[in-house]
Amino acid sequence: MAFITYTGVGIKAIAACVPPKRIYNKNLGYLIPEEEIEKTINSIGIKERREADKDVCSSDLCLKAAEKLILDCAIDKSTIDALIFISQTPDYRQPATAPSLQHRLGLPQTTLAFDINMACSGYVYGLSMAFAYASLAGINNVLLLVGETMSKTISKKDKNTTPLFGDAGTASLITKDAKFGTSYFTLNSDGEGADVLQIPYGGYRNPSCEERLKETSDEAGNILTGEQLHMQGMDVFNFGLRVVPKSIKDILSFAESKIDDVDIILFHQANKFMTDFFAKKLKFSLEKVPYSLQWYGNTSAASIPLNVVSEMQTPHYPQRKNVIMAGFGAGLSWGTCLLSLEQTKVSEIVEY
Amino acid sequence: MELKKFIENFASQFDETEASVFNADTVFKSLDEWSSLMALSIMAMVDEEYNVSIKGNDIKNSKTMEDLYNVIKSKL
Repeated sequence: MAFITYTGVGIKAIAACVPPKRIYNKNLGYLIPEEEIEKTINSIGIKERREADKDVCSSDLCLKAAEKLILDCAIDKSTIDALIFISQTPDYRQPATAPSLQHRLGLPQTTLAFDINMACSGYVYGLSMAFAYASLAGINNVLLLVGETMSKTISKKDKNTTPLFGDAGTASLITKDAKFGTSYFTLNSDGEGADVLQIPYGGYRNPSCEERLKETSDEAGNILTGEQLHMQGMDVFNFGLRVVPKSIKDILSFAESKIDDVDIILFHQANKFMTDFFAKKLKFSLEKVPYSLQWYGNTSAASIPLNVVSEMQTPHYPQRKNVIMAGFGAGLSWGTCLLSLEQTKVSEIVEY
Repeated sequence: MELKKFIENFASQFDETEASVFNADTVFKSLDEWSSLMALSIMAMVDEEYNVSIKGNDIKNSKTMEDLYNVIKSKL
């Protein structure tokens, strides 16, 4: 059972970068009947999304976010001890992308660097990993780069996924400092639902093959290849409903805190209908639930830090001592944490 | 749990379909207003009203309102 506390480490700064190209859901008439488009937009809450160019990868968006963070906080690069890159759209199948980011950012060769392959729960998992490293003697600063170019994994002929997903890269700096106080994490997994959100082909279980690169149509008329994201929307909703509100209650009970003490809940930006319903179940005011998915859609693991950068610029949300972050998605995997963002410098969003 | 009340709860999720359309034999997935997003509303309603979590397959395998009612009832 993974319930964890960290003391004297926290998030010093967060930055985010999105591609400039906007894709509007109102223009999806080719895929969704016109009379359903508005209803869909109102329900999922997503008006537009950003799409990276063909030659822009998750790592490039993260690099720009990291450069912004380093500049805004005047970070001496030689003080960064570790770099963690979280993405399911890395540069190459091999090797990991993190070492190339160490080099491109001009970080010292003494930097510990590795990738983690996680989806929408990835930011909370990554924070926990970064907090753990920053708690160790010998490591003071961890750069956590979380980015995804979901547009490269989605079929534009699949009405389940097309209106939802967007691209973004983010950077967070996790630092050892007594002023941060204590943070609480719970991390969970349920691999029985591995096929609920899955790209079934192109890995080593089901290698890339000509037959599965052909488009096929499902019973609802969605057309996709074996190497594009397959999502069973109803089961994602069922999963979220089962685990997310409970996970928030669990972390509060673990921290001996209560829902009335919470200043903000940062849900993974999946689908507004779903997370509004979670807030309602928790009897938590929607005024304290920031949303940026109307502008960026679901950017997988990047959605929580992107949401901070988009919605938590001063003077918005001045109370940020007790912040819950709830990430959940493919795996199935979910992670929830309770921490303070009072000491966190939030950069303005950049485009690349 | 009562079938009549379940049908009312189910019908109340729909904006354009008349409540009178819904009865135990209604093949709900063939209604014009049925969509994957409507399925999420139904799942949320079932969670709220009956504290039961239904899966995608529970909806997929149910043809009529009564079929779905029986699935939920079996999970109570």
